[in-house]
Amino acid sequence: MHSTIMSLNQTDVEKVARLARLAMTDTEIQTAQNQLNGIFGLIADMQAVNTDGVEPMSHSQDLAQRLREDKVTESNQREAFQAIAPQVEAGLYLVPKVIE
Amino acid sequence: MQWEIVIGLEVHAQLSTNSKIFSGASTAFGAEPNTQADAVSLALPGVLPVLNKGAVERAIKFGLATGAHIAPRSVFARKNYFYPDLPKGYQISQMDLPVVGQGQLTIQVPAQGKQPAYEKVVRLTRAHLEEDAGKSLHEDFHGMSGIDLNRAGTPLLEIVSEPDMRSAAEAVAYAKALHTLVQWIGICDGNMQEGSFRCDANVSVHKPGTPFGTRREIKNLNSFRFLEQAINYEVQHQIATLEDGGSIQQATVLFDPDTGETRVMRTKEDAHDYRYFPDPDLLPLEISEEWKQQVAATLPELPHTKQARYQEQGLSAYDASVLTSSRAMADFFEAALAEAPGQTKMCANWIIGEVSAQLNRDNLDIAQCPITASQLGGILKRIADGTVSNSGAKEVFRIMWAEGGDADAIIEAKGLKQVSDSGAIEKIVDEIIAANTDKVAEYRSGKDKLFGFFVGLAMKASKGQANPAQLNEVLKKKLAG
Repeated sequence: MHSTIMSLNQTDVEKVARLARLAMTDTEIQTAQNQLNGIFGLIADMQAVNTDGVEPMSHSQDLAQRLREDKVTESNQREAFQAIAPQVEAGLYLVPKVIE
Repeated sequence: MQWEIVIGLEVHAQLSTNSKIFSGASTAFGAEPNTQADAVSLALPGVLPVLNKGAVERAIKFGLATGAHIAPRSVFARKNYFYPDLPKGYQISQMDLPVVGQGQLTIQVPAQGKQPAYEKVVRLTRAHLEEDAGKSLHEDFHGMSGIDLNRAGTPLLEIVSEPDMRSAAEAVAYAKALHTLVQWIGICDGNMQEGSFRCDANVSVHKPGTPFGTRREIKNLNSFRFLEQAINYEVQHQIATLEDGGSIQQATVLFDPDTGETRVMRTKEDAHDYRYFPDPDLLPLEISEEWKQQVAATLPELPHTKQARYQEQGLSAYDASVLTSSRAMADFFEAALAEAPGQTKMCANWIIGEVSAQLNRDNLDIAQCPITASQLGGILKRIADGTVSNSGAKEVFRIMWAEGGDADAIIEAKGLKQVSDSGAIEKIVDEIIAANTDKVAEYRSGKDKLFGFFVGLAMKASKGQANPAQLNEVLKKKLAG
């Protein structure tokens, strides 16, 4: 079973870090690579269980989503929310310029 | 061999709920920035999404209206990316198990040049529920961007078609049919200026019989005109590239209405890696057969069903499609027809002709028509029973539009009643024949074209009030000698 364990190489880890916007040193990447690859062993154990005929669940609890009525229940609390924002102007949150 | 164009559309329809998809903040358009951004829209720590029943109900309506499979169980997933107008760092959407599965939409493609109008069925791949992001304003804020999160969390239904369209005209006809349908069933206000209905077009070209070409996706087209222009430009660009020996790279492009061209926003290499996974904050959405049936009971008769019914009543496919271009239009037609039963064709002609022309002149929508359907029906009834001639009816219509009132009162007040008294008509004809003996002689020696001249004289003598059919008959008989 262990021969089929997936593993991540350094490039994979660098990519995941970039997607998560994490700046990591080479040492940190090495550590993360070892830790992540350790998880694959755990996954391999679970893969070994026979799940034929078992419908996959999308949530750990076998329940259905409760719904709310379509009603407006929230009032304007902009002032309170923006009191903790680093920078606001004309009601807008200001962030470093991002243009794709 | 000719190039074949292949187009698939993804449409984001904003659902017309009062509150957001996962919170009780208002979705009203045009509010002051961030006054409708509650703790959930802002992704403050500790908040949890709670799904809006009204959004699900609208998705069910759409599925029912397109004959689609409605999933008894569907799942919300996180689509991960970083952008300041998405404070959670992920958009809640649906991936593997969307709420609405395969369906279809019948479209009417209008005539173009020598090619007659035709009907086509476009297959729908799926439709899923998701939340909208906020808005970034890149104007001058000291080199920074301003973020308005009022729109964040607004419910959207993303409707994905199969690549079934073969021309820009078909893509526009599809987008219009979808635009009509979502408003018809009351799930979206269809306001394109406010971004309530936005189209992305996947476009590729290939030679028939060969695999589909590489596609490029044109993002965020918010008018039918731009959709058409962008596709036409993109198709020309792709064909020219391929014929010059080049190849098409998969890419996302933006349409610039000022230049009429598309430009690359990102290529496949820097395409997003969204790392979808089921959202642990949301349990699966279950839709029971009973709920589906309750929603089905609230659906109005659909445009395509109405079109078929109108055609059975003798209208052309074109007339039927114009009369079902909106629910207000169809309601107007049916209410007017109820006043003048059986006058289907005449009623259609009046609405597509006089009424529409006058609405256009006054820049009004059918819902704002100053004449009610029953007022129009009053005119139709009097044409049908011979009380007014067609030209008299137009005069009644003109007065009604400007001053209001009902048909019978206007006909009475303005003396527009048509003369159907055969004695009176015969007297007029006799006088004309007596006063124009030379023309009568010419006519009798074979100059048939003069008939119109006599009709004109007789109409004038009756002040336009003679029943035309009756007048023609009397004239023909008397002129024959």
